[in-house]
Amino acid sequence: MRFGPNEEQAALRTAIREMLAEHANAARAAYSRPDSRLWERMTGELGLTAVGVPEEYGGTGANFTDVAFVQEELGRALAPVPFFSSVVLATRVLLESGDAGILLPDMVAGKVLATAALVEAAGDWTFAELSTTARPDGDRWILNGEKHFVTDGTTADVLLVLAHAPQGPTLFAVRVAARVAMDALDATRPLSTVILRGSYGDLVGPPGGALPVLDRALRAASIALACEQAGGAAACLDMAVAYAKTREQFGRPIGSFQAIKHLLADVLVDNESASAAALYAAWALDHAPGEAPALANLCQAFNSDAYVAAAKANIQVHGGIGFTWEHDAHLHLRRAISARALLGPPEAHRERIADRILSAPTGESR
Amino acid sequence: MDLASTPRTEAFRCGVRRFLAEHLPPGWRGLGALSVAERARFTPRWRETLREHGYLGVAWPEEYGGAGLSTLEQSALQEEFVRAGVPLLPLPTDPFGFSLIGPTILRWGTEEQKRHFIPRILSGEHRWVQGYSEPDAGSDLFALRTSARLVDDAWVVNGQKVWQTAGDSANWIFVLARTEPSAARARGLSLLLVPIEQPGVEVRPIRTLTGEAEFCEVFFTDARTDAGHVVGARGDGAKVALTLLGYERGAASGALYAGYRVELERLIELIRSRGLDADAGVRRRLAWCWSKVEILRVLGLKTLASVQAGATPGPESSILKLYAAEYHARITELALDLLGSDAMVRSGDPGAAKIGVDPLGTPNSPSAWQHAFLTARAGTIYGGSSQIQRTTLGEQVLGLPREPRPEGGRT
Ligand SMILES: Cc1cc2nc3c(=O)[nH]c(=O)nc-3n(C[C@H](O)[C@H](O)[C@H](O)COP(=O)(O)OP(=O)(O)OC[C@H]3O[C@@H](n4cnc5c(N)ncnc54)[C@H](O)[C@@H]3O)c2cc1C
Repeated sequence: MRFGPNEEQAALRTAIREMLAEHANAARAAYSRPDSRLWERMTGELGLTAVGVPEEYGGTGANFTDVAFVQEELGRALAPVPFFSSVVLATRVLLESGDAGILLPDMVAGKVLATAALVEAAGDWTFAELSTTARPDGDRWILNGEKHFVTDGTTADVLLVLAHAPQGPTLFAVRVAARVAMDALDATRPLSTVILRGSYGDLVGPPGGALPVLDRALRAASIALACEQAGGAAACLDMAVAYAKTREQFGRPIGSFQAIKHLLADVLVDNESASAAALYAAWALDHAPGEAPALANLCQAFNSDAYVAAAKANIQVHGGIGFTWEHDAHLHLRRAISARALLGPPEAHRERIADRILSAPTGESR
Repeated sequence: MDLASTPRTEAFRCGVRRFLAEHLPPGWRGLGALSVAERARFTPRWRETLREHGYLGVAWPEEYGGAGLSTLEQSALQEEFVRAGVPLLPLPTDPFGFSLIGPTILRWGTEEQKRHFIPRILSGEHRWVQGYSEPDAGSDLFALRTSARLVDDAWVVNGQKVWQTAGDSANWIFVLARTEPSAARARGLSLLLVPIEQPGVEVRPIRTLTGEAEFCEVFFTDARTDAGHVVGARGDGAKVALTLLGYERGAASGALYAGYRVELERLIELIRSRGLDADAGVRRRLAWCWSKVEILRVLGLKTLASVQAGATPGPESSILKLYAAEYHARITELALDLLGSDAMVRSGDPGAAKIGVDPLGTPNSPSAWQHAFLTARAGTIYGGSSQIQRTTLGEQVLGLPREPRPEGGRT
């Protein structure tokens, strides 16, 4: 039994940490002049585009805990890189669609950056009302509509777009479309609007078959995001603890006051829970797939709240300095509150959990 | 990450299930389904069955009558018993004998003490309670004042202990007492084993907030025990008394999870039977409870993995204690909210519940849930209150500076 990274995973984690330390200012730079060198290095030197991807597409192997540990580390540093968009979200959509061969090898090779453009202005992750449409045109399709909150949408080479085709909700790979950067509260994860006006798309997966594909892909994405959130929450706690040890008031370090100590102890308990839940869910995705759907909702709901709580506590512990632009505390608060909204609010995830529990036969609510 | 159960553990688990299937009474629905009288008849017989089949003291070495099980096996065993709704430590005093003083004697005791006391815990001849807390020494345990001095070949004990769970059915008490009056607070203590049935010891029941007498206070007036009945060295009592707590939490996390699952299933039944399954607020709170229980399972796995890898459980075990106690207070409160105005009136079969998570078969009645709600308050007080756990986590896990306190405080 082992609960934690194996040797290779630990080594990759260290390498990521060291590289991020060399680009220590990257998160802050995202708010003015983004640094694209970081992702180039992560792709070229660390091979992050291959992580968790099956070997047949040139990846390091289908092991989702590899993704989990990377994502946790990136979250810790607020790394402004498109790992989640391309290596998690788009990759999972492609793998689940059965059409991974068309794009994934180029993504792994670092030649193509992809993301998924799924929700619209209402941010509805049930995709109940899609206004984006697709109609066939020879062996291609023509798409019309608008997609919102597309992560890394401006820099991606390929967008995996969900649109309503005559057969029902369907996914398409779109290369040419207008993208407008949204003014993201969390600049470390850029968001765009994608405007499709007769844009050409190529079919990804079966026509009309997008929803089950997305259900599975978003399960993995939820878990990966939860790992990222756990990493972010851990960074907040580290910052707060370090400050509480050194900042003195009333002749004592503020960390010796119970009001501060107990606040941080509660953050610790939630952080341990968040990290354990997300890592376990990542493991379950490969090894106990029956548990994965519920765990994905669980850790997305729980970790969203845990990260926000940790980010808020961090600012509180820092006092006035935590309220300044120069301090990194607000970068986490922005990330935390945005990440909580990214794949639907915790209430929506809890609602799906309740659905599962209450519709299960008595005694089988797991 | 490698969390798959091994064939060995699974085979062991199957063995436990077979044992339970063979030995539980026909039509068994869980201890919670028995009346008080039925429980009183069932429990001693069940304990004998466990003893005959080597299911008592399973963690202990075989040479002392134990089964020498690994932590993983213990955890699986506890979990299966909780699922079946049947006790592994049947008598109210058994948790103190098997989880506290037994392991303490095995770790710190002399060979003679081991040969004398361990078999008597197994047989049930010695029924133990824990004598730590005093009226003026609770969280600040090392402020305790009960004293013991060596007179000829016996310790003479004077003072008062309080909150002794199961004190009314015990005949031995392990007492943390001040034996070195000149030494500083924590360094002046020793752990003594004292027989209760003697003129110098008086046990008085105390009614808990439910109205039941589940704990006692114990008065010592020139009570006596053998000079040899000190566990570990004189003056080492603080260390001896507290080091083993972490181990117990490690192996018990599986059982904790299983118990909370049983309770949650009962809550889901309550939601259904009251037609609240479409209520949005109820659904969210249920999903929250479910998530907390599942996370507890994962935290338990993590603890087991680290114990199995040879790590000594340290102050991180406070995470589980705090987590579990706070959760339990919340779910039992949710149950009373679900009862609506029925929460105000005692009605239905109260079951035969004790402090702790109610066993399988406990009636789904207002009375039973009210009892659970009231007794859930204890979890955040005993064994180190939630505040003390937070201080432990802050100082010993996060490394925050200590708050000013007298030398040798408990945490
Ligand atoms: C159901 C039950 C069973 C028990 N069984 C046993 C038993 O078998 N044997 C035994 O020896 N004892 C037993 N106890 C006693 C238990 O260990 C004590 O109640 C516990 O240690 C708290 O001590 P206290 O009651 O004196 O409360 P206090 O220590 O007086 O605490 C009162 C309040 O002050 C808070 N507080 C105290 N110190 C601090 C601090 N430094 N910082 C912040 N807050 C603080 C506490 O958290 C609590 O909220 C039992 C208690 C209960 C409720």
